[in-house]
Amino acid sequence: MNRIDLTFAKLAAANRKALVAYLTAGDPDFDTSLAILRTACASGVDVVELGVPFSDPTCDGPVIQAASERALRAGMSLSRSLRLAAALRETVETPIVLFSYYNPLFKYGLARIAEEAASAGVDGMLVVDLPPEEAGPLADALAGRSIHLIRLAAPTTRPDRIRMLADGAGGFLYLISRTGVTGTGGLDYDEVARHAALVKSLCPHPVCIGFGISHGNDAHALAPLADGIIVGSALVRLIADAPSGTDLPERVAAKIRELRDGMDASPVS
Amino acid sequence: MNAPLIGNYPDATGHFGPYGGRYVGETLIAALTDLEAAWREAQDDPGFMSEFRAMLKHYAARPTPLDFAARLSDHIGGARIYLKREDCAHTGAHKINNVVGQGLLARRMGKRNVIAETGAGQHGVATATIAARLGMSCKVFMGAEDVRRQAPNVLRMRLLGAEVVPVTSGTSTLKDAMNEALRYWVAEVEHTFYIIGTVSGPHPYPAMVRDLQRVIGDEARRQMLEQVGRLPDLLVACVGGGSNAMGLFYPFLDDPCAMLGAEAAGEGLDTPHHAASISGGSPGALHGAMTYLLQNDEGQIHEAWSISAGLDYPGVGPEHALLHDLGRVQYQGVTDREAVEAFQLLCRFEGIIPALESSHALAAAIREAGKRPKTDAILVCLSGRGDKDLEHITAYMKANP
Ligand SMILES: Cc1ncc(COP(=O)(O)O)c(C=O)c1O
Repeated sequence: MNRIDLTFAKLAAANRKALVAYLTAGDPDFDTSLAILRTACASGVDVVELGVPFSDPTCDGPVIQAASERALRAGMSLSRSLRLAAALRETVETPIVLFSYYNPLFKYGLARIAEEAASAGVDGMLVVDLPPEEAGPLADALAGRSIHLIRLAAPTTRPDRIRMLADGAGGFLYLISRTGVTGTGGLDYDEVARHAALVKSLCPHPVCIGFGISHGNDAHALAPLADGIIVGSALVRLIADAPSGTDLPERVAAKIRELRDGMDASPVS
Repeated sequence: MNAPLIGNYPDATGHFGPYGGRYVGETLIAALTDLEAAWREAQDDPGFMSEFRAMLKHYAARPTPLDFAARLSDHIGGARIYLKREDCAHTGAHKINNVVGQGLLARRMGKRNVIAETGAGQHGVATATIAARLGMSCKVFMGAEDVRRQAPNVLRMRLLGAEVVPVTSGTSTLKDAMNEALRYWVAEVEHTFYIIGTVSGPHPYPAMVRDLQRVIGDEARRQMLEQVGRLPDLLVACVGGGSNAMGLFYPFLDDPCAMLGAEAAGEGLDTPHHAASISGGSPGALHGAMTYLLQNDEGQIHEAWSISAGLDYPGVGPEHALLHDLGRVQYQGVTDREAVEAFQLLCRFEGIIPALESSHALAAAIREAGKRPKTDAILVCLSGRGDKDLEHITAYMKANP
């Protein structure tokens, strides 16, 4: 069974919500990144989203843009991101979602990336600028492998399209909480709740909410609305604040515990 | 030539063969679907189209002249060179054509705020102009490096009431300005109309901008027949994103005319310092479209390089990618030095100061004219005037005597 499916099945059985953590691969460098990822998995992260750094991250705000730049400067690339995933897989069973813009995957070769991602132990791919209409070739390349192509829904997505996205979703559906790029803040809980209820009613798969979630409070408010929450910039910012800090894994772990505590304090819906 | 090219692309999903499409985050899909529908309705609305044409005529000063460059042609001694004088249009470049159309469309869709990206500043100036004319608020994203080298246009935009937002991410040039405009748009998508300045971006932009710019080729085709009595043997235009080139080429695609797109070869195609996405790049997805890009083996986009801010872009409109693959248009590099030489020739022989972008087209035309008989006619898109470039080019000539 795919590790993502297994994880959501276990969480559902335990009446718990998923904490999905985004980190940019190789930020601030390969070894530190690996240490942070391992600690994160040991500190309550249910799914890892491993971000492939890209030169032109148009869906990302300043925090993840800067992370991409740090990683690229440190020599990161798609092939090294796969090596990082493989190294993480040696010690953890946490599901890994490779998070990328389309161009690095396309240029690398879709058959090649499907094969190498599978052997690195990747369980899902999430391609931010690849709507289903353009995803045919990648979906074909992934066919027959245990890798889900994760889809996104946005606050601007209308019901017909939510249904279409949900029908073809694999693993979980990523619900973008608000318009705009990745980054912390800007959440209107009531607004998110309204849209999440609609999406949940139309989607047979787990739904996780991401974008803007920064604190235990956000986690507390949003986790009950869906099957999990996704946190990225709030973690990446800790690396930006002290990229050469030796205690980075511990600082990221502390943030994860804060979020986890916020979620677990929620009345379960 | 086999199947007709006019009216055949893009397909219903916005693809030009394997190129084009809609490679954007989910948040923008609804806005693009709405834009596509609104544009289709507007095109079918005679009221909208006649307002567009009237504004091109009375505000943008169209039709622009077709002008025979007699002394330049004699000096070269080969084919006769005709100039489609987009430099004579209001705001000094072809960019106004597209912006009049998108500005009217924004108003029709009830959007009060427009945004744009700009490289040379011509598209930014055109957008600021139309925003003033239609009473809209306007923000222009411009790479910090371009803010420096195109200072006169920054002043013009501010005078016109636009806010110029300098972009310092990435390489601080046009691609980064477009990144930032897309990021702003995704946040403010409900109330903001993004006026893309060239035939790139996600569907429907490449087709919409082409259809708004084809007035260049429609006029030129008619003018060639009226003034010269025949179609040109060769069409030449510079290709940044490719809007002036698509505008000129499109109405001629099914005619027996050769076509040449001049890409910026910077310091040479054999150096890393160029902006020739087709001649020196490979297919990939950026800024919403599958097309040719300057990139490394792992899909990271390279910095483009050109003396001309308007050509300094690592991608190209998807329809050009298709026309290249079909062999319908030849794409050639023109170096900084060749462009500056052509710039000087046009100043001295014709009394016209061209934009550095347009100078690339001129250089390619001059190269071709020298190889062709005097009975041939070459039609060049003189996409803009060079006032914005004077300081920059003077510095270049001093440094590269
Ligand atoms: C005068 C002029 N010509 C050409 C261009 C290049 O754009 P395109 O290739 O879309 O015509 C620009 C862009 O700024 C320009 O200002």
